[in-house]
Parts: sequence; C-alpha cells; structure tokens
Amino acid sequence: MPRPSGIKRVAPTVWELPASYKPGMLVPARIYATEKMIDEMDAGVFDQITNVACLPGIVKYAQCMPDGHWGYGFPIGGVAAFDPENGVISPGGIGFDINCGMRLCLTSLTYDDVAPKLKELVDALFYKIPSGVGSAGVLRLSHEEFNEVLETGSRWCLKKGYAWKEDLQLTEEAGCFEGADSSKVSRKAVERGFDQIGTLGSGNHYCEIQVARPENIHDEGLARSFGFTLPNQVAVMFHCGSRGFGHQVATDYLQIFLKAMERKYHIRVIDRELACAPFNSHEGQDYFKAMKCAVNMAFANRQVILHRIREAFSQVFKRSPEDLGMRMVYDVTHNTAKLEEHTVDGVRRRLLVHRKGATRAFGPGMEGIPAVYKETGQPVIIGGSMETGSYLLAGLSTGADAFYTTAHGSGRTMSRHQAKRLYSGRKLQAEMEHRGIYVRTDAWGGLAEEAGAAYKDIDEVVEATELSGLSRRVVRLVPIGNIKG
Amino acid sequence: MPFKYLPDIAIADAAFEAWGDTLDSVFISCADALAGVMVDDISLIEGKEAVELRLFNAELEMVLFDFLNELVYIKDAKRLLLRVEKVEIAEQGGGFELTGKATGEQIDPSKHRLLADVKAVTLSRFSLVREDEGWRATVIVDI
Repeated sequence: MPRPSGIKRVAPTVWELPASYKPGMLVPARIYATEKMIDEMDAGVFDQITNVACLPGIVKYAQCMPDGHWGYGFPIGGVAAFDPENGVISPGGIGFDINCGMRLCLTSLTYDDVAPKLKELVDALFYKIPSGVGSAGVLRLSHEEFNEVLETGSRWCLKKGYAWKEDLQLTEEAGCFEGADSSKVSRKAVERGFDQIGTLGSGNHYCEIQVARPENIHDEGLARSFGFTLPNQVAVMFHCGSRGFGHQVATDYLQIFLKAMERKYHIRVIDRELACAPFNSHEGQDYFKAMKCAVNMAFANRQVILHRIREAFSQVFKRSPEDLGMRMVYDVTHNTAKLEEHTVDGVRRRLLVHRKGATRAFGPGMEGIPAVYKETGQPVIIGGSMETGSYLLAGLSTGADAFYTTAHGSGRTMSRHQAKRLYSGRKLQAEMEHRGIYVRTDAWGGLAEEAGAAYKDIDEVVEATELSGLSRRVVRLVPIGNIKG
Repeated sequence: MPFKYLPDIAIADAAFEAWGDTLDSVFISCADALAGVMVDDISLIEGKEAVELRLFNAELEMVLFDFLNELVYIKDAKRLLLRVEKVEIAEQGGGFELTGKATGEQIDPSKHRLLADVKAVTLSRFSLVREDEGWRATVIVDI
C-alpha cells in the first residue's frame, strides 16, 4: 500500500498523521513501524486509526502498534487513552474477544527430555484441553458459581485448587479486574460461557510447546530473571480469551451503545463498530463492569487450561508439576480497557487506556507489576505463527508516549480464505512434523488458515518495538508441538 | 448456492455476501453461509433437533443481525449446528417480527469437518439491501 499523503516520520520507527488529515480528528494518529512495515501496512489501519482520533475525550494520540491490521472499529494493534471525565468507552476499542491474552509457563525439562515423548505429550494436551467449534470444558458450573468466576477471576481457581498461589501474582492485575458486576451481563452471555472454562476456542488460539535455544537468548540476564536458565529449556505458551462469553458481552453492549449514542449523548461516529458511550454514563459504567466480568472469565479460562497443562505433563513424565518446575512466567491481556495513571505533557493523569490487540508493557520500577519483576520490567509475551516462533520481551521505561504498550503478535497479512486456498491443513501438518513440529487439531481448514506465511514476520515486529523503545527482546522461542483450536 | 465468501475483506475473519428472491430467502441464505464458515459441508447437518426462532427489532437490517447472532448463541449455548428451514418477517408494532424454524444437530468433530468457530456477527460493512431482483446481504463475522 502507498503511504497516505501527509504522513510524517517523527522518529525512525514512529509515523504520524496530523489532526488535519481527516475532518473531526481531535489528536494526531501515530503508527509504530519500520519503513518496510509502513509500506506494507494495510490501508484499513490508516483509515481506522484516524477514525479513532475523532472519538470524544481522546488524549494525546490515537496509536497503532507494528503488528497492526484492519479490525472492527479500532484496528488490531490500536491504543487510545481517554479522559474519564469527558471521554468515552468503546467496545470497538477493546475487541470482541475481551481479555484475549497470552500465558507462558516454564518447565525444568530440556528439548532432549521432551523429544522422545513429544507426540504423547501433545496428544495428552489435545485430550485435556477441549478446542474447536462449540467446544465445552470439563468443568460443570452452575450459573451461580459462574457468576463468582466473573467477579473473582483467578481467585476462584485458587479456591478450587486449579491454581498455585504464585500464579495469581504472576498474572496481570493478579488475575482479577476489581469492580466486575455479574448483574451487568446478559443471560445469553452466561449461557454461552458457563461451560467454556478451560477451553481453547478456535481461529488463532493455540497451545504450544516451545524451546529456548541458546542462540535465541537475546538477553541472558533478563532471560535468567524470567526463569530461562537451562540450554534448550522447554516452555509452554498459550493464547486464548473469554470465548463466546466475551463476544456476547461485546455484542450486547454494541447494540446498547448504538441505541443511546446519538439519541441520548449526541455522539456521532464514522463507523458503527466505533459505537461508544461517555465513560461516566450509566451505559458506559455498565459496560465497564460487564467487560471486567469477561476479563475475569478469560483469566479463569487460562488458569484452568494451565492446570490441565500441568496435569498432562505430570501424567506423561510421571512427576509432579512442582518437580517439573512448571512455574508461570506471566499472563498478559490483549483486549481490555483499564484505568491507569500516566504522565501527559508533564501532568500526572488518570486515563482510561483502551488496548486492542496490544499488550501493556510496564517498565522497571513501575507500579502494577509483580515484585519479582520490579527490576526487569514486565514480561511481555508475543505469539508468532505456529510455524515460526514467539518471543518473550520485557517492558521498558521509554514507552511513556505509547502509554507503556507494545505489540501482541505477528498480525495477519493474508486472508484466511487465501491461506486456505494456498495450503492444505493435512499437508501442512505433515510438513511441519517433518520439520520437528507436531500439530494436533480437529479443524483442518482452520490449520491451513494459520500457516506461517499468512502472518507478518514476527522478528520484524519485535524489532520494531525494540527500535521504538516499547519493549526489548529477551528470548525467542521456537515451537516443537502445537494444539490448535 | 445463494451466497459467496468474500476472501479479502476481513483478513483475520470471514465475510460473505448472500442473496435471495425474497426477504425470507435471503435470511436463509445468510444462515447457510454462516454455517459454512464453521463446517466444510453444511449438507451433512441433519435435522435431528428443531428450534423455534422469534425476534423483534425496530430496524429490518438489525433483525438480520439479531437472527445471525441468535444462531451463534445457540451454537455455543446448545452446541447445535443449525440450518434454517423457514423464516417469516412481518412488519408490525413499529418494527419487524421474525418467526422461523431451524433444525440441526449437535456438533460432532468426527462427522462434521470443522473449520472456524464464529464468535460474533459484526456491524462492519453489514448491510441488507433491496435490489431489482430481490435482496442482498453483506456480513462479516468474527472468528
């Protein structure tokens, strides 16, 4: 795509569209990318991020991360902070899959320990973690108990024996957004989600066994602080969110906002998917409380999945998860809105930060990260395609302009349809197995859609975040086993 | 088939266009297109269970939105893959009422070649328009 006219390069990897670019823009739009990436960025990103810049109460910039691509309302990779007093909250700035996120768990095993049992291990994970269209989990919760999950997140898991105490400390916001109110979610949302705890879902959701090869350790000191101490150490990374529940919450409030936005609050937006309400309105607050329920459901989902992963490893290696060193590194959220304090033009302000397909990346010493990571900065987990690799990064103190945010993945460059036309799921599985990556799925068409070539180059994405001072590389992790929803 | 997938509109998701001679038939075409995002061969969905549909919205276009969202909701809440047999839309009470019947069966990975799970219907480029020869709808779903 040609760059839009008027775009200015304000730093080597920061591009700005001024507020004069489009009528209605209240602030400039900024895109983090290398020169090559900005030229390959899909046109939707420029259009959508400048739409975001028109939303009432937006502060400083509408921003897009290097893995950005077209989304609903906001682009994927979109970041925007709003003044809580006169700004809005928008489901389109959070995403349908509320608190879609990544979790990384260590083991004390090496590649040589795992390789002979790889198939058995992947098969055990595939059996223990339901995935795919309409999958239901093994937990059977009453609606009342599900409501408790919505309001307490990972704390419910700890109570039920699905979590280690330290897991909660190693989860963003300790695995629970306070202030969730289950009375603000619909019956339909509950019916869609109450039996989906512990399920992976489909699309780009996966659980992967990965290896940290010595040549892929970018920062040995940080790697050690994050728990990577052995050559060829094995870790487990997974990506999933709030399943049908979060989508129903988003759908419900999108409609509520559409009805109230113009009539009641006189807000006009360019795209219906940018439907919003004043943060301090009745509708805005209800959505914020319901969104937190979906955030907490997703934390509980990933926590139960971690519990099942530990069970699978324990079963295959006939050792306890503790003995196998299955300690969490961290759990990061991608699709949320949060009240955070940031310094804007020298003034400390409380802001409602929307991150959609973007990861919070707090630097060393910042409030809100676990004590164990105070000196290193927050671990950031960036998932690549199932064929190429993923990254563990660390937040930096130089990310203030981006409200301490970085990328979340590699970002698609090819449509699902085109990927399916170019690749066959079964053939891809055979080829990947030949290269030492064993994949299990029930969705063969879905597997083809996730082919590595359908994504941006993950190395370029993380390099762009590093050049921009948003996060720095710690370890590149390569896949050896994958279950795909 | 009275629908086609639009390959390059939503790169991370799925989009389709569906049409029908009548309003009722375009709704049925959309339901089939939706099911086809999730399973490879919708003709293998057997009508073992029936579901009655009843929806109301002040805007006709939003009746289609609600209708497709209802099918997504039933897929998760009851784990049913559905094909819609009958739809009737009547203008009344300052809006549009849809009544209909869908039949289908439980999702079975050993029988249905599963593709991607549809989790939401979006309003992005969403449209339902009357044309000279009938009705045409454009839908993007989140997967």
